Amino acid sequence: MNYKSSYFILTCLGFGLAFLYIPILSMVVFSFNASKLVTVWDSAHSPTLKWYYALLNNEEILDAAWISLKVAVINASGSVILGTLAGFGLARFSQFRGRFTLNAMTTAPLVMPEVITGLSLLLLFVALEQLIGWPAGRGITTMTIGHMTFSMAYVTVIVNSRLATFDTALEEAAMDLGARPLKVFFVITLPIIFPAILSGWLLAFTLSWDDLVISSFTSGPGSSTLPMVVFSKVRLGVSPEINVLATITITVVTLMIVGVSLWMARMAKLDKATVS
Amino acid sequence: MTGRGLVVVLPYMWLLLFFVVPFVIVLKISFSDIDLAIPPYKPLLEWVGKNSLAIKLNFNNYVFLFTDGLYVKAFLNSIKVAFISTVLCLLVGYPMAYGIARAKPKWRNILLLLVILPFWTSLLLRVYAWIGLLKGNGLINIALLSLKIIHEPLTMLYTPFAMYVGIVYSYLPFFILPLYANLEKMDWQLLEAAQDLGCRPWQAFYKITLPLSRNGILAGSMLVFIPAVGEFVIPALLGGPNALMIGRVLWDEFFSNRAWPVASAVAILLLILLVPFMMWYQSVQARESAGER
Amino acid sequence: MTTSAGAAVKAAPWKDPTSRPYVQVEHITKSFGDFKAVNDVSLKIYQGEIFCLLGASGCGKTTLLRMLGGFETPSAGKIFIDGEDMTGVPPYERPVNMMFQSYALFPHMNVEQNVAFGLKQDRIPKPQIQERVATMLDLVKMGDFAKRKPHQLSGGQRQRVALARSLVKRPKLLLLDEPLGALDKKLREHTQFELISLQDKLGVTFVVVTHDQEEAMTLASRIGVMNHGEIVQAGTPSEIYEFPSSKFVADFVGSVNMFEGKLIEDEPEYVRIGSEELGGTIYVSHGISAPPEAIVWAAVRPEKIFMSTAPPSGTDNVARGAVQDIAYLGDLSIYLVKLPTGKVVRVTQPNTSRHAEAITWDQLVYLSWDATSPVVVTR
Repeated sequence: MNYKSSYFILTCLGFGLAFLYIPILSMVVFSFNASKLVTVWDSAHSPTLKWYYALLNNEEILDAAWISLKVAVINASGSVILGTLAGFGLARFSQFRGRFTLNAMTTAPLVMPEVITGLSLLLLFVALEQLIGWPAGRGITTMTIGHMTFSMAYVTVIVNSRLATFDTALEEAAMDLGARPLKVFFVITLPIIFPAILSGWLLAFTLSWDDLVISSFTSGPGSSTLPMVVFSKVRLGVSPEINVLATITITVVTLMIVGVSLWMARMAKLDKATVS
Repeated sequence: MTGRGLVVVLPYMWLLLFFVVPFVIVLKISFSDIDLAIPPYKPLLEWVGKNSLAIKLNFNNYVFLFTDGLYVKAFLNSIKVAFISTVLCLLVGYPMAYGIARAKPKWRNILLLLVILPFWTSLLLRVYAWIGLLKGNGLINIALLSLKIIHEPLTMLYTPFAMYVGIVYSYLPFFILPLYANLEKMDWQLLEAAQDLGCRPWQAFYKITLPLSRNGILAGSMLVFIPAVGEFVIPALLGGPNALMIGRVLWDEFFSNRAWPVASAVAILLLILLVPFMMWYQSVQARESAGER
Repeated sequence: MTTSAGAAVKAAPWKDPTSRPYVQVEHITKSFGDFKAVNDVSLKIYQGEIFCLLGASGCGKTTLLRMLGGFETPSAGKIFIDGEDMTGVPPYERPVNMMFQSYALFPHMNVEQNVAFGLKQDRIPKPQIQERVATMLDLVKMGDFAKRKPHQLSGGQRQRVALARSLVKRPKLLLLDEPLGALDKKLREHTQFELISLQDKLGVTFVVVTHDQEEAMTLASRIGVMNHGEIVQAGTPSEIYEFPSSKFVADFVGSVNMFEGKLIEDEPEYVRIGSEELGGTIYVSHGISAPPEAIVWAAVRPEKIFMSTAPPSGTDNVARGAVQDIAYLGDLSIYLVKLPTGKVVRVTQPNTSRHAEAITWDQLVYLSWDATSPVVVTR
C-alpha cells in the first residue's frame, strides 16, 4: 500500500474510533460534574463525587441492578447449555431431521427486530397462562425465558464456528484409543473449545444485562431491570446519575476485557517460555 | 441414530416453543378484535351451538393498517432510514475494517478490542450519551459556538439527523466485525499480483478486494439493515415525535393504546417484509462457509 | 509368536494356502451415493507384516484404512481381525489403533497424558500405566519430553509421541495414515528405518497408507497398489517392481519405458514383439498368455538399459537415438534419448567412475537391454 492510501485508511480509522469513543468519554467526564445541568461544567464545585453517592443510595436503581444480575446469570448459564448442544449438533451432524429448521431457528433471532420477538413472547405467555395456568403473571421467569431464547442463538453461532475449525481427528483418535462418544465430548472436545464457550457465556450475560425491549415486553410489576429504569429516566432528558452509571459500567467492562486479554497473553508467553 | 437426536432435541424443542409458536399466536391475534378485557382481544374460536366451531377471521386490522396513511408512511420511512443507515455504516465501517485487517498482527488485536469494547457497554447508555452531545446546549453546540463556526445553536436532537447518528453509532460494530472476518481471510498477494500486472492501487482495490469482500459486505449490511428497520430505542430517544419508525409504532400501539390485535398485525407485516432479507442473509452465510471448506 | 516384517517376508505366508491370515478383508465396498470409493476389495494380511496400501489421492486407500479402523462402515462385505468379525464394530471396541496423518495429539494434555489416555480408558491401574508409558516413551526416545505440551514439540517429535500413543496399548493391528508425509526428506529416511526397527521389536502388524512409492518400497513386506477403489496388484516390493501386472502399476511404481507393439512370434519360452514406437523388435525370454492379434506393451526399466557409443550385437532389443536431456543427480544420471520414431526413452546410469567417457547432449548413442529385462503387460 502506498503512502496516500495508507494515510487515508489511518485517518478513517482514527475518526471512526473517535466517533465511537467521544460519547463514552463525555459521559465519564461529566459524571464528575457538580452541576445538575449535565453539559455545563460547574468549575466551582467540580470535580465531585456527589452523584456517585446519590447513585449508590438510589434504591430503585440498586433493586433493578440486582434483578438484572439474577436474570443475566441464569440466562447466560442456560443459553450456554442450549447453545452448545445446538452448535454441536449443527457442526457435527450434517444430516438429521429438522436440521434446516434448527439452523433457521438459531440464526433468525440474530437479525430479528426485538419488538417482534418481545411482542410474540408476551402473547405466548398470556396464552399459556390462559391455557394451563403457567406462567402465573410475568416476572423474572418469563424475562429469563425470553432472554435465553435469543441469547442461545448467539452461543450457537459461536460454538458452531469454533467447532468448524476443530480437528475431528482429535475426536477420532480418542475413540480409537477406547473412549466412548460421550466421554470424548467431555474429556476432549469441551476442554478444547472452552474459550469459545466462555466467550458465549459473557456475550449472553451482556446481551441480557443490556436488554431493554424484550425485558419490557416480558416483565411484570416489580421486576424492572436496570435498562428499563434507565430508559424511563432518560426519556425525560439527561441525568447526572445516569452518567455515573455509565462510567461505572464502562470501567468494569474495560477492566474485565483488558484483564482477560492480558491474562491470555501471559498464558501464551508462559507456554512459549518452556520450549527449548 | 437416536444419540444424535438426543443432542439437538432440547434446543430444538425450546426454540419451537418459545420462538416459533409465539409467531403463530401473533398471527392468530392479528385476526381478532380489540376487547376491553384482560387480555385485550376477543377469542378467535367460538363455539356455535353444540358441535360447530366458528373461526372469526377479522381482517379489519390489516385493512386499517393499509388504508391509514400513518402506518404505510411508518413502514416506508423505516425502510428508508434503515437503508440509508446501512449505506452510512458501509462508508464509515469499510475503511475501518480494511484498516484493521491490514494492520500488523500486534495492532490488529488492539484495534479489534477497541472496536468491540463499546459493544460490551450498554447500548442504551451510549445512545443516551448522544442526547448530551446533540441537544441545544449540548457539547457539540458548545464547541462549535466557542470556535465561532456557528452563531446560533444547531437543532440536532429530535431530528432525523440525530436518529441516523444514533443508528450508525450503535450498529457500526455489527458491520465491521463480519466484514473484518471476511477481509482477514483475503490473500493480500492477489493485490501484489495485480499491481505487478499493471493495476494502480485504487484499481486493484476496486477490481479485486471489493468483489472478494462482497460476502462480508452483504453479511454486515444484513446485520445492520434488518434489525434497524424494527429499531425502537434510538428513534424513541433521539428521533423526537416526528421520527416515524415502525418499531415505535408497534410499541405505542401495544403499550399506549393497548391495541394488541393492531400491534400484532404490524408485527406480522414487518415480519413478512423482513423474511426475504433474513433468507438472503442465511444464503450469504451458507455461501461463505461453503467457500471456506 | 511375534514375527518381524523381515522374517515375515522370508516366511512368505501369503504363498502358503494353509496359513491363516491375521486380517481378512472380504469383498469390501464403500459407496458415497453413486460414487464407489472402495470397490469390491478383498485382501489377506498376515501377522507381523508391514502391508502398504499405495496409490494416488482419491484411489480409496484412506477409506479402506478407515474401514479397518472402524471410522467408516462398509456398504458391503466383511472384515475379520484375528478371526473375529469386526465389520461394524466401533473404533473404541476394536483391538486396532491408528496413527493419524495430522498426529491428532490432544493439545490440552502433555506428552505423558496423551500416551496414557488409551490405557486409562481400559481402566488399567495407575502404577502399571505409568510404567508402560515410561517404557514406551523411552522406546521412541521421547522420555525427556514427558511433561511438554504438543505445541512445544517439533514435527518429528510429535510424530514419535503419536506413534507411542498408538502402540502403548499393544494393538493387534496398527494403522498408519501417511505417517511420514509431514517430515522433510532426511528425517523421512531416518524415520522409515526407525519404524521398521520398532515394528520388529514389538511384532505388531502394520497397515500403512501412502502415496509415496519410495516409502512403500522401503517399509513394506508387501504392497497393495490401488486405483479407483480397487487393488490392482498385491505383492512384495520386488514383485511389484519387476513384474507389474498392468501398465498402471508399471508406470506408478518407479519410472518405466513402455513400448507398444504386436506379437510377431508367440512361443512358450519366448515372444518377439514388433514395435513401431521402438522402430525394431523386442525379444522377451519368457512366454506370455495373450490372444494372437492383441496389442501388448513391453515395459523396460530405465536402469536396465545399456547405453554405449559403439553399436551392440544383435537385432532384437536395440535402438539408436540422440541424447536430448541429461539430469545429473549426484549418484546417478538420467538421460532422455530421442529415437528416430519420435519416442523418448529414459535411461538411468550410475556415475560409477569419474573418468567415464562423458556422454553429452545431442550425442548419438546405442541402447540395448537383456532379453530378461522387459515385462510384457497386456492391459
